[in-house]
Amino acid sequence: MKLLVIAGPPSAGKTALTKQIVKNFQSQLRIAYLKIDVVKAYEDIELKKEFSILTRKVYSGDLCPDHASVMVLGDVIDWAEENKADLLIVESAGLCLRCSPYLNQGLGVVVLSSISGIHTPEKMGAMVSLADVAVVTKIDLVSQAEREVFIQKISEIHPSGIVMETNALQGTSLHRLYNLIVNSEDITPDQLMLKGSPPIGTCTICVGKKEIGWKNHFGVVKRLDGPIADYLYRGE
Amino acid sequence: MIQEITILPGRDRNGQAEKFDAITMRAGETISIVGPTGSGKTALITDIELLAQGDTSTGRYLLLNGQVPDEEMRYNPTKKPIAMITQNTKCFTDLSTVDFLTIHARARGISDPSIVRRTIDLANTFTGEMIHPEVKVTVLSGGQTRSLLIADAILIGAAPIILLDEIENAGIFKQEVVRLIQSTGKIVLFVTHDPVIALLTKHRIIMSNGSVQKVIAQNELELRAAQNLLELDQRVGDIREKLRAGHMITHVQLA
Repeated sequence: MKLLVIAGPPSAGKTALTKQIVKNFQSQLRIAYLKIDVVKAYEDIELKKEFSILTRKVYSGDLCPDHASVMVLGDVIDWAEENKADLLIVESAGLCLRCSPYLNQGLGVVVLSSISGIHTPEKMGAMVSLADVAVVTKIDLVSQAEREVFIQKISEIHPSGIVMETNALQGTSLHRLYNLIVNSEDITPDQLMLKGSPPIGTCTICVGKKEIGWKNHFGVVKRLDGPIADYLYRGE
Repeated sequence: MIQEITILPGRDRNGQAEKFDAITMRAGETISIVGPTGSGKTALITDIELLAQGDTSTGRYLLLNGQVPDEEMRYNPTKKPIAMITQNTKCFTDLSTVDFLTIHARARGISDPSIVRRTIDLANTFTGEMIHPEVKVTVLSGGQTRSLLIADAILIGAAPIILLDEIENAGIFKQEVVRLIQSTGKIVLFVTHDPVIALLTKHRIIMSNGSVQKVIAQNELELRAAQNLLELDQRVGDIREKLRAGHMITHVQLA
C-alpha cells in the first residue's frame, strides 16, 4: 500500500488537490481516505459521494489534532490494509504549525495558497521544511512574478523539496505529482515513524482543561517569566 | 535558445478536438489572440505559460523547438523561458517594490543588483504615476502594478517568450509597451480586444467556445489600416492624457 499525507493551513486547497488525485487514480487504485479535524469536517462525506471511495474521519476534540493523528494513524493503516487499499490518503487538520504530520515512508505533501502571505512558508516551519513536495495552489489569482517570488521563498526554506504549482480546481500541471505518487514505495507499517518531533500533549492544558493558573494544572508548563519548566509540574 | 514554440490541438468546451494541426510561432514574431470574453483566450496563454502536456483543462500540448520540454523547463523558474503578464492588477505579496524585485531576480538567477533600479525606471516610463521603490507592492494602483509587472517580465523575466493578457486595460502607455516589446526579437503573444494591437501583430489567432477557430496572417491592407488606426489611437491617447491631467479640450484638438 502507498501512503500520501497531505498537510497545509485551512482553505489552502488540500481537499481540492485530494479530489484531483482521487479523480486521476480512481480507475487504477483502490483508495482509502482519512480526514483528521478538530470539530467539524465534511470532506469524507464529499469524497465518498463523489468518488465512492473508502473514507473515514476522526475528530480530535480537546486533544491536539497532530497528537491525535499519531495515535490514529496506526489504526487507520490497519483499516486501509484490511480493506485492501492500494493508496491511503491522510488529510490533516492543518491548524497549529508546531508539528508536521509526515512519516518516514510514503509521500508528504504540503499545500500552500499563492494568495497567503509571503512570510507564510517561513511561519509554517516543519510543515513546509519536512514535506517531500510543496504544491502551490490558486495560481490563477496572482501574477507569474508573484508566484515565482512565493516559490523562491519556499525553496529558500526547503532547498531539497520539490515545488509545483496548480490551479487545484481544474487540476492543471499535476502529472509530475501523479508520477511521484505512483513511483513512491509501498510502506512497511511496523517501521513507520514520524519525520518531525511529535507534539507534547501530556499536560492538563493540552487535553482541554480550561482553568487559568498554576494550581489547576500539572504537566510540562511555562511560567510568565522564564523558560519551559524542565520538570513535570504537579500542581499545588 | 528558443527558436520556436508549437501548440498542438486540445479540445473545446464540448470535448470536440480543435480543428488545427499545429501552430508554430518563431522568434521575432508577434501574435494576437482575439475572441469574445469567455472564448478561451486566457486558457490558451495559460497553457503556453505552463508548457501544458495534456494536463490542463484544454488537453493541449506545447513543444519548444519541436521537442517536448524537459521538466526543469516547466518547473524551475530560473530555466523557464516564458514570462506572462496576467490581467491581475493587484499584488498580494507584502513586500516593498525593491524587495519584491530583488527576490524575483534571485528566483531568476540574476546577480546584478542594478536590475532592480532599472526595472523600476522602465516601469515608470509606462505609467503616469511614479512608482516609489520603497512603497509596498500591495498598495500600487492597477496601472502601476501592470507597469511594474511588464517591466519585470522584460528585464527580470528576460524570457524569449512573452505573454501579455489585455495590456490595454490598465491605464498604461500601451504604445510604449508594444514598441519596446516588438523590438526585442522575442516571441510575443497579446491577448487583446484592442484593434490596433490586433492589426499590428503578424498573426491573429481567433478563439471561440474554448478552441482555436482559425489563424489569420497579416496582409498589406490590414497593415495600412493599422497605421491609420494607430494615428487615431495616438490622438485619442493624447486627449486621454490631457483629461487625466485636468486640462480642457478645445475644438481644434478634436478636429
